[in-house]
Amino acid sequence: MSVGREESASVGGHPGEAGLAGPPLVRMEGIVKRFPGVLANDHVDFELVPGEVHALLGENGAGKTTLMNILFGIYTPDEGRIYVRGEEVWIGSPRDAIRLGIGMVHQHFLLVDRHTVAENVALGFAESQLSPLREVRRRISEFSERYGLKVDPDAYVWQLSAGEQQRVEIIKALYAGADILILDEPTSVLTPQETRELFEVLRRMRDEGKGVIFITHKLEEVMAVADRVTVLRRGKVIGTVPASETDERSLARMMVGREVLFRLEKGEVQVGPPALEVRDLWVVGDRGLDAVRGVTMTVRRGEIYGIAGVAGNGQRELIEAIAGLRKVKSGSIHISGVDVTNKSPKVIHGMGVAHVPEERLRHGIVPNLSVAENLVLKDYDREPFSRGVLLNYEAIERNAEDLVERFEIVTPSIRTPAKLLSGGNIQRLICAREFSREPKVILAAHPTYGLDVGATESIRRLLLEERSRGAAVLLVSEDLEEVLNLSDRVGVMYGGEIVGEFRPGEVDMEEVGLMMAGVRRGGSQAAG
Amino acid sequence: MQAELISSVLWIGLRSGTPLLLATVGEIYAERSGILNLGIEGMMIIGAFTAFAVGQATSSPWLAMAAAAAAGLAASLIHAFISIHLRGNQVVSGLALTMFGLGLTSVAGGTFVGAALPREARIIPSPLSEELAAIPVIGKALFDQDPFLYLSILISVLLWFVLYKTKLGIVIRSVGENPAAADALGVNVYAVRYACTALGGALAGMAGSYITLSLRPGWVENITAGRGWIAVALTIFALWDPLKAIAGSYLFGIVEAGTYNLQPLGFSQWLLNAIPYVLTVVILVAGATETMRKKMGAPAALGVPYVRGEK
Ligand SMILES: Nc1ncnc2c1ncn2[C@@H]1O[C@H](COP(=O)(O)OP(=O)(O)O)[C@@H](O)[C@H]1O
Ligand SMILES: [Mg+2]
Repeated sequence: MSVGREESASVGGHPGEAGLAGPPLVRMEGIVKRFPGVLANDHVDFELVPGEVHALLGENGAGKTTLMNILFGIYTPDEGRIYVRGEEVWIGSPRDAIRLGIGMVHQHFLLVDRHTVAENVALGFAESQLSPLREVRRRISEFSERYGLKVDPDAYVWQLSAGEQQRVEIIKALYAGADILILDEPTSVLTPQETRELFEVLRRMRDEGKGVIFITHKLEEVMAVADRVTVLRRGKVIGTVPASETDERSLARMMVGREVLFRLEKGEVQVGPPALEVRDLWVVGDRGLDAVRGVTMTVRRGEIYGIAGVAGNGQRELIEAIAGLRKVKSGSIHISGVDVTNKSPKVIHGMGVAHVPEERLRHGIVPNLSVAENLVLKDYDREPFSRGVLLNYEAIERNAEDLVERFEIVTPSIRTPAKLLSGGNIQRLICAREFSREPKVILAAHPTYGLDVGATESIRRLLLEERSRGAAVLLVSEDLEEVLNLSDRVGVMYGGEIVGEFRPGEVDMEEVGLMMAGVRRGGSQAAG
Repeated sequence: MQAELISSVLWIGLRSGTPLLLATVGEIYAERSGILNLGIEGMMIIGAFTAFAVGQATSSPWLAMAAAAAAGLAASLIHAFISIHLRGNQVVSGLALTMFGLGLTSVAGGTFVGAALPREARIIPSPLSEELAAIPVIGKALFDQDPFLYLSILISVLLWFVLYKTKLGIVIRSVGENPAAADALGVNVYAVRYACTALGGALAGMAGSYITLSLRPGWVENITAGRGWIAVALTIFALWDPLKAIAGSYLFGIVEAGTYNLQPLGFSQWLLNAIPYVLTVVILVAGATETMRKKMGAPAALGVPYVRGEK
């Protein structure tokens, strides 16, 4: 299929049964927004009609959040016009947006943790000035009832799960009288069950004639809930299509701009000597209980060892113990035959161990330092990046230019603070820093978590390249498909133990699922 | 004899606690909205001097107090502008404000040093009722005070009510905890922060005026003697709650008065005088670490400038 078909689709049909009487709820025309070094929105046209769920699809950094922040008055556009219910409007602040009936659930919730649900809602909209909470409680119950949004008005926000917090955010928007509701990647914090419930809520709102804008980078969600979908790529609209007339594959192509390989080719690699050996390892977790209980494993050079399992079964503690970030209670860890048990992270890193941590923003980078500085976080104290007590910025920047090119990190400049990069580019930055030193062992924790398909593919490709180079890779991921696709051997972790070890293809998915749930032990002992 | 001593310590203690209370409650409002103002000492002494000067000129204590409030408010706007609009460092700006206040009053008050305030310009205690004031030990402290002192309690209770029982209170507390959340619901974060900082300034000015109009009627250099810093510590000690500030301020006032009265009993004057300041330092150090502040319930966005949409 040619790209032409999709381009022509940008004329975009309206959803089948939606009420077409009257003007669209929202029309954005030629929206342009620039940030230093980035064209975040490049003449974007977007339209929302009553009674539709309109998905806004795009990779990390495509400009989805920026566009919706413009509609909600967080940013003002550099160019372009906005019409709400047919009338041109100027939205200079969230207050203006709220008056126009626009509500937004941000990706990072805007809630006051230390206040109750009722106080959070009353912040915007109390009917009375004195003791406003009684009335607010009543209205919250009403919304809970009507849309199936269960929350306790007197609970403190910090006590709530992410799913419950999201419901509070939706209630806040509804309370304000929003009939244009924007949700920014709402499912990224939800369990599958909660996601289904959210979609139910969205459908109910659609049936009431509200317009829902649903930002996502997950294709299956578009197919599950959207009536129409607008695809953004690098700040430009690629097209608007009815969800019923497209499929995941062509959406992926529109989103990434090329054919996406959902399954990567994995070449044969000659397996070398053991690089990482873990013997009967016991590690204590944050709550003082044993989180890793007698794990034994060997990872050889040129091999990816995948750890499958539901998060919270000791994977994090295992990786941290190997990286030297957590104390080992008993057992041993050897890197290339050298005992590194309870050595400092610096020593272990010096032995050739690279670490791609989970929670990349907190543990992977220093957000306010530049891209160039982040690229030498672990080497700043050695030649050529420093001489004596002084940093050699010339060498640091040369290094950065080289790595930015080699690892295809998209950044306005190497002096840009790392926090301004998209998730995929932050992860590529971390990989560039860790892999450029040609490590013997790579610890990769949830390396593609939260990334869009394009970025996911590029990170997986990098891991496979490292394997071909001869690195021993220990991969932890909750994405079972990822583990099975990339790994040469797989261990299933449950309750701090490896409850089964096998080669992909030897065991069927159902059996793996049972092992992950702790119901069955087994798999062939493929170690050795 | 013993009862009389305690009665007098309590009486002086409440008086000494009054400027602490006003300044503390004002700082509580500023900090609750997210603005840390270490310029209390400066605003207080500007208020103290203004009240002294206006009192001398007009012989009207209430006019003097109002002028002091206005002067404190004006001074606080410097800090507000630097913190809110220029997004400057609030610690530096606050310290600068304190030095500015001390320096300004030292220069302007140079010729007045040692001057007393005329009697008609003072605020003078008078018993609410003779019978109540005659109650042993606590009668004099509770019922034989000046109207300004009662007013300060009233203000504190009122401000507690606003903070915890009204929508405005929710708005102020939210702005100090998570300004982005307030902004997204249409709250004008800047306006709230300006207003709270200004209120803090006005109250610090009034606190200063109480010193020159009632506590030590007259003028000497550095007349506030570090009370502004005690108020900074009391804000933490009171856990940002105006009602607890009442208790804390009077406690400090009574400690101060007590040390004064213990001198004749042979204790070292220097050590005794140091007690409130030592307590202040202890509280400030305890409140200096991030985790401790969090545990005590410091506003989460305290000292952090707000810019809409910043990553
Ligand atoms: N406040 C900001 N300052 C600087 N750059 C920004 C800011 N917000 C977004 N960007 C940049 O604009 C681009 C689009 O970002 P965004 O709209 O968040 O993408 P998406 O939501 O599609 O992932 C990215 O390159 C991002 O780094
Ligand atoms: Mg986004």
